Amino acid sequence: MIKHETIEKNVSLMTILTLVAIAIGGLVEIVPLFFIKSTIEPVKGMRAYTPLELKGRDIYIREGCYNCHSQMIRPLRDEAARYGHYSLAAESMYDHPFQWGSKRTGPDLARIGGKYSNHWHQAHMEAPRSVVPESVMPGYPWLRKTDLKYDDIEKRMQVLNMVGVPYTAEQIANAKKDLVDQASLASDASGLTKRYGNKVPKDDFDAQPDRVTELDALVAYLQMLGTLVDFSSYQAQTR
Amino acid sequence: MGQQPIQQHLYDYEIVKKFSAVSVIYAIVGFLVGVILALQLAFPDLNMNVPYITFGRLRPLHTSAVIFAFGGSVLFATSYYVVQRTCKVRLFSDFLSGFTFWGWNLVVVLVVITYPLGITQGKEYAEPIWPIDLLITVVWVAYFINFVGTLAKRKVEHIYVANWFYLAFILAVAMLHIVNNLAVPVSLTDSYPVFAGVQDAMVQWWYGHNAVGFFLTAAFLGLMYYFVPKQAERPVYSYRLSVVHFWALSFLYIWAGPHHLHYTALPDWASTLGATFSIMLLLPSWGGMINGIMTMSGAWHKLRTDPILRFFIVSLSFYGMSTFEGPMMSIKTVNALSHYTDWTIGHVHSGTLGWVSMVSFGALYHLVPRLWGVSIYSVRLINFHFWLSTVGVVIYIVAMWISGIMQGLMWRQYDSFGNLSYSFAETVAAMHPYYVFRALGGAVFLVGALVMAYNLVMTVRQAAPAGQRVAA
Repeated sequence: MIKHETIEKNVSLMTILTLVAIAIGGLVEIVPLFFIKSTIEPVKGMRAYTPLELKGRDIYIREGCYNCHSQMIRPLRDEAARYGHYSLAAESMYDHPFQWGSKRTGPDLARIGGKYSNHWHQAHMEAPRSVVPESVMPGYPWLRKTDLKYDDIEKRMQVLNMVGVPYTAEQIANAKKDLVDQASLASDASGLTKRYGNKVPKDDFDAQPDRVTELDALVAYLQMLGTLVDFSSYQAQTR
Repeated sequence: MGQQPIQQHLYDYEIVKKFSAVSVIYAIVGFLVGVILALQLAFPDLNMNVPYITFGRLRPLHTSAVIFAFGGSVLFATSYYVVQRTCKVRLFSDFLSGFTFWGWNLVVVLVVITYPLGITQGKEYAEPIWPIDLLITVVWVAYFINFVGTLAKRKVEHIYVANWFYLAFILAVAMLHIVNNLAVPVSLTDSYPVFAGVQDAMVQWWYGHNAVGFFLTAAFLGLMYYFVPKQAERPVYSYRLSVVHFWALSFLYIWAGPHHLHYTALPDWASTLGATFSIMLLLPSWGGMINGIMTMSGAWHKLRTDPILRFFIVSLSFYGMSTFEGPMMSIKTVNALSHYTDWTIGHVHSGTLGWVSMVSFGALYHLVPRLWGVSIYSVRLINFHFWLSTVGVVIYIVAMWISGIMQGLMWRQYDSFGNLSYSFAETVAAMHPYYVFRALGGAVFLVGALVMAYNLVMTVRQAAPAGQRVAA
């Protein structure tokens, strides 16, 4: 039996043994997640974010929404009643970084999509307490006044493609057109629906037809959250 | 009890002085931002529709300021002090010491600039963007070389127990920081992490929980193992216990992360494993607490006269309490209630205010007079600070216990027709009084820190200017 005296007299030995001790837990818990197939069950309907939704998600992260809102519904009776079907691993498979959150100062947003009108979201972002008197959320009036910057949208999609989001060359090439199309009522959006599916919400999300603002992007993102998987056809796999 | 500045030629005390000084400033800044955030939750109009000070942008500034700026500076100061004195040699490299000081402070400045501008990578407790992450990595490697280099040239045979903990902390933080921040840059300010969804969640909480485990626990246990015996003038209670709990703590803590992900889309086996290890973790955690508190054996009477010792004993008590609460909250049925609520916030603050901050205050009160070779300006003010801190923490955590448990219960309350009793907005309204009390508790704690800053500044001002001291 090695005496502890030996370890505590030898810096190299102490360093190596400490490193071994602190490495094991993480290796055992993290590495299998990349190899066990059942970690992420494939489900129908998952797609990558449209360029506008992706920009909306970037704004969600920039404003630190994850500090107060989770996007992870647990399989508990009250959460199903309040928020809807529990979240599936596949639903965040394209989320770099994940936005499950850790605190619900405000409600969970995993299935907020389609729950409120665009008009409600516009009012809520402008002045939250105008629509929810008890709310403690900050107002975000500047989003509606700030034009969306999206000159680097192709670069963003390329980087995401590198880390595993299946953006096609066609999607990347048409990114700017798709972004503008999704945020406007008038234009022909056949390209957008061809590339991202018929369910893509397309609207003038900020009620300002002449411009694409940060509010357009954020509301487009919020309105698609949790809507991709069709739960009428989804069957949980039994283990 | 005037102190002589000891062996100025041998040890590098200047670097310890610098880190001690900035740690006090960062404590005040970090606590102040915390109080502002608490007030914003109680009175949301305080967000004032100004992007730079909204809760979502300011909250990461609070957590980074208190953990990495305040906590980090205390750890740099004390580890550099302890490793020199317990190895009886000067720090390995004066250049690396200075480099870690300026590098770490540059990180803090960059964080303070970027977060309010919304420049963040959006990972909780790891918000800095990739260039800052690279800078942190370089500083950390310099810290590792400086610390291990000092251990390597030590003049005593054994490496003292405090240094084991500091070493484990430096190694673990390096590992966690690098893996959790792997990302591909889009531009100078933007990047996307390589991990997504489930895997990113697991990596993030492996990082997040062990930022608590190694930054806020192992490292501060190292601090405790030097300063408590010194202040009590008693030897460490049990060498054997320190060996056992050091290795157990280092091995077990790293597994605990996934207990943050109960009932999520993370596979059940992973979160169950995390909870199992969290419960086992109670034993080495309490091993540290027992070893610290029992070190007072034969010196209990000193608590009557020495408020610094009071800081240490109360911090160890909070440590024991929150390391009991933590394993309990990692049990699935408890977690189903506590997760997503203020209970978690209360739990974190009983650890960070009660344990980390108070043990740091004790260490600063011990250090500053010795570094500058003077007596403390006012013992009565230390005592005043002690009571402000203790009362502040208690108000804070009681408010969060009530609001957290109440909100958890309200969320799952059904009426007799089988409908949910409360809308989400109603539960938010019910939190208001406790948010006010929480802000009050935090403000009292902040006032305590201001009292400390005044006391320490007055202490340092007693010291003669550097030139005269050398002559004396």
